[in-house]
Amino acid sequence: MIEIINLCKAFGSHAVLDNLNLTVQTGETMVIIGRSGCGKSVLLKHVLGLMRPDSGQVIVDGKDVTKIEGPELQKLRMRFGMVFQGAALFDSMTVGENVGFALREHRLFPEGEVRRRITECLSLVGLADIENLKPAELSGGMRKRVGIARALAIRPDILLFDEPTTGIDPVMADVINKLVKTLHERLKVTVVLVTHDMVSAYKVATRIAMMYEGRIIATGTPEQIQSTGNPVVRQFVRGEAEGPITADQPKRRTFIG
Amino acid sequence: MGERLLLFFQYAGGTSILLAQTVAGLFVPPFRRTLIVEQMEKIGVDSFPIVAMTGLFTGMVLGLQTAYQLQQIGAESYISSIVGLSMVRELGPVLTALVVTGRVGAAITAEIGTMRVTEQIDALESLATNPIQYLVAPRFVALLIMLPLLTLYSDVIGIFGGYLIGVYKLGVTPTLYMRMTWDVIQIKDIMTGLVKAGVFSMIVATVACYEGFETSGGAEGVGRATTLAVVISFIMIVAADCLSTAIFYFVFP
Repeated sequence: MIEIINLCKAFGSHAVLDNLNLTVQTGETMVIIGRSGCGKSVLLKHVLGLMRPDSGQVIVDGKDVTKIEGPELQKLRMRFGMVFQGAALFDSMTVGENVGFALREHRLFPEGEVRRRITECLSLVGLADIENLKPAELSGGMRKRVGIARALAIRPDILLFDEPTTGIDPVMADVINKLVKTLHERLKVTVVLVTHDMVSAYKVATRIAMMYEGRIIATGTPEQIQSTGNPVVRQFVRGEAEGPITADQPKRRTFIG
Repeated sequence: MGERLLLFFQYAGGTSILLAQTVAGLFVPPFRRTLIVEQMEKIGVDSFPIVAMTGLFTGMVLGLQTAYQLQQIGAESYISSIVGLSMVRELGPVLTALVVTGRVGAAITAEIGTMRVTEQIDALESLATNPIQYLVAPRFVALLIMLPLLTLYSDVIGIFGGYLIGVYKLGVTPTLYMRMTWDVIQIKDIMTGLVKAGVFSMIVATVACYEGFETSGGAEGVGRATTLAVVISFIMIVAADCLSTAIFYFVFP
């Protein structure tokens, strides 16, 4: 279980996270939706301890990520698999070296087992025989899938996705959605997925949380969110230009650098 | 003015912390032998041609320029002492450090900066790997070993450059030229040059890596960080050279 309690983070005078509260149950797929630049990625980075909050707590199975450091934090991170928006593959290494990075780095298994795992993780995401290619030789969709394979290699309990369907074509986006769903069902992992793609959100979510102005303003099942009475949520999920989100736009600096 | 002062202290503090974390990271396993060897090749072996060229031409120019003065009093044979001492004590370490900053420091910042803006550094951390230990420590060690070595090469090649001018242009006999070189250069001169090279290597490694980590703002940001890294390293190398020369002058006269 991940509990995010009163999390605050400001860049300069702009509060990106403003007393944010959210609980993710073990085994569910929580999709966090919100506009581009509203701080969804920042929230994910706090869960992994990549960023430190100004105040508040992120508690993962009883441990406060914001307080621990060094080996203890590294140990906790080994339970997470993070898939970055641009895949963030190490471009100096081959695909195989990318996927096996954490296994070799932490000497978890002998070399033969590492190779077996690399092939297994790549086939889980539907890729084969590309171990010796460099990330630069791959298409956007393939890179994202290699990124997922790399996150899976350490067999995490929790998978974090940062906009997995952004920037790829709709067909590939659906492949990724299906993949997220299958992984969730087959590996019994907890999934936290951040996106502004509503198609993807409805497909994969067991629960959806809407983030707006640094807080979670609504949570619910996809059906509850779809038939919501909240005007902000309604405008977002229907993708309308007119509404409360755009009404106060000129006054606020919503986009962060 | 106040803001600039704050920025200065922020920079000094940030680089000092990075340096401390890097040194601390050297004594904690895992030890990155493969990465260190890889960096030693990139930083040291591949820099050899440009360092050799710089050393050779500097030695030759130094020979010609001193000859211009010394010929008037008929003391051509002394150019060997002047070239030898200047190379070993001053020009070898400083020029090598400046060349390596331009060639290697810039590359380090560009590489780490690109990794920062494409989230590869976050990815390293998410895979439970300390980026300072993984990225900074191998470069730091490689520079600390290779810069003094390159400096030694530069010293020898510079002296050879002076030899070419002295022997073939001014007609000093080879034996006299070499004897006049060895007679004046003491172990102390070589050692102070190497200590300087060691200090410069730490400056280049720390500044280049710090700028890389602090990069933000896409391709433009990487360009800006690289420029800053080279400029700041240059200034700090020249300043550290002045300071260390002064210290050696008063402490080991």
